[in-house]
Amino acid sequence: MLRSAAQLAKLTWVEIKIFVREPMGVIGTVLVPVILFALLGRWMTRDLEAPSFVSSELPILAVLLVVIGAVLSLTTILAIYREGGILKRLKATPLSPLVILSAHVLVKLVLTSVTLLLLVVAGRRFYTGPPPAAPWSFLGAVIVVSLSLLSLGFVLASVVRTARFAQPVGSILLYSLLSISGLFFPVAALPGAWKTVALLSPLTHGVDLLRSAWAGAGWAGEWVALLALLANLVICVAVARRVFRWE
Amino acid sequence: MPPVVTVANLRKAYGPLVAVDDVSFEVEEGEIFGLLGPNGAGKTTTMECVEGVRKPDAGVIRILGHDPADRSDDLLRRIGVQLQEAQLQKRIRVWEAVDLWKTLFPETVDADGLLAELGLTEKRETKFMDLSGGQKQRLFIALALVNDPQVVFLDELTTGLDPQARRRIWELVLGMKERGKSVFLTTHLMEEAERLCDRVAIIEHGRLIEIGTAPELVRRHCPERTVHFSTADAATPELFSGVPGVSAIVHDGERFSLTGLGPDFISNVIERVAEHRLRVTDFRTETPTLEDVFLQLTGHSIRD
Ligand SMILES: Nc1ncnc2c1ncn2[C@@H]1O[C@H](COP(=O)(O)OP(=O)(O)OP(=O)(O)O)[C@@H](O)[C@H]1O
Ligand SMILES: [Mg+2]
Repeated sequence: MLRSAAQLAKLTWVEIKIFVREPMGVIGTVLVPVILFALLGRWMTRDLEAPSFVSSELPILAVLLVVIGAVLSLTTILAIYREGGILKRLKATPLSPLVILSAHVLVKLVLTSVTLLLLVVAGRRFYTGPPPAAPWSFLGAVIVVSLSLLSLGFVLASVVRTARFAQPVGSILLYSLLSISGLFFPVAALPGAWKTVALLSPLTHGVDLLRSAWAGAGWAGEWVALLALLANLVICVAVARRVFRWE
Repeated sequence: MPPVVTVANLRKAYGPLVAVDDVSFEVEEGEIFGLLGPNGAGKTTTMECVEGVRKPDAGVIRILGHDPADRSDDLLRRIGVQLQEAQLQKRIRVWEAVDLWKTLFPETVDADGLLAELGLTEKRETKFMDLSGGQKQRLFIALALVNDPQVVFLDELTTGLDPQARRRIWELVLGMKERGKSVFLTTHLMEEAERLCDRVAIIEHGRLIEIGTAPELVRRHCPERTVHFSTADAATPELFSGVPGVSAIVHDGERFSLTGLGPDFISNVIERVAEHRLRVTDFRTETPTLEDVFLQLTGHSIRD
């Protein structure tokens, strides 16, 4: 147990260092969302009195973009590691498969946190909408949403055959789900089949939970969203355990 | 001493393709055992089943008293594995990889000493992707040795390396044996098998077709020796037709080639040459190698 924890810490730390060594990855997943947020925040909140979308939705959009970036990066890295035989090499050691996968989730969580921290800093300067009514509750919601979506990354990484397809397939799926998540227009306005998809999508429930947490309404009113996100997590982990391929 | 690895009737198929079929062998303690065969013969599949990386369809494998499929901690601590064509994270540094591997085992060797031994001290800070082929292989050997294992698995360790890098790795493998480790390796290089292996198993199309020491196999399947010599003196093939054991005589100008059987064949030829007081300007004997054994057994060279 103790050794597993030490291994997890070491592997996570090594993976963070490796990630930071690749400039494109850092720019893409950390800097771009922050810069976009800063630009949009400044541009959209500068002259408006009470802009409806901008004031509270922009932070939620920013959070989701960061999390989606992390999921895509997780999917791609797992695909690359599998293709390069790295996962197989690690599996041929006493390292538990669970530790290997957990390390990657941890790396993404750390990365998401750093990006969000930068967002907060940027928000202070460039974003003039209202701050979150309950910051800790919002942070909790961010973690739940992240874990739930990262588990989707494992399923994606199991399904896509090669690293080359991981990024495009993941992007199409996640950005499509984002577009119907209720962030840009109400889910109720969607045509029949799309509405069903939206209601099953963890992103829709993520938007609900984040929105309510941001507004300070707490989680109590959003137990459907919370349950849906946790169910998604459990299902994805179960599916990934069955179909995840190491080579 | 009991064998460190016992494999009995191992079978593994990928769909309709039977990659390993009814393979049985043992690896003795302290020896270098080699699985020799052409591409696609089933070497990697066999080895990965023994390592516990792959699940066999049938057969019994015991390694250091364990079934590798259990992946028990006690076993994983006592073996070292190098996989064919493995990769590491592109941007991981040499020392980081060794350091990471060290956390996987309760008891490990000194990292600096290990890197020095493998000639990687200067490459400590180098990223995996910036290493040469030979350096990568040496790093993989380092990782396989981190836990000071009793049994080391090496799958096509020198494939793709230049002769110099290859020789250097051979030294390392012989060093492992000197320190009492048992080594199980695969190769499709005859020279490698001959230089390194105490015993060789020849595998083709998933079946073991022979097993033994290289001299044993040569004696068993290619017992004939050939003597080549040149002489300017008047000599006819008939002079040699009575040499005991001789089976073929080729005569071309000053050159003679005599092929024959038996432990005394070469001495017999020498005696006959002396008897006739021939002035020999060139004399050499040709002993068959594993290459010839392979050709004899399979009807083709290992490269085609
Ligand atoms: N994962 C797999 N799925 C399907 N077929 C496989 C798989 N791995 C190996 N094979 C097939 O099984 C046979 C044996 O392969 P194996 O890798 O064991 O051979 P090998 O002797 O190690 O060859 P090489 O010298 O090229 O490394 C080959 O025909 C190969 O195509
Ligand atoms: Mg092979």
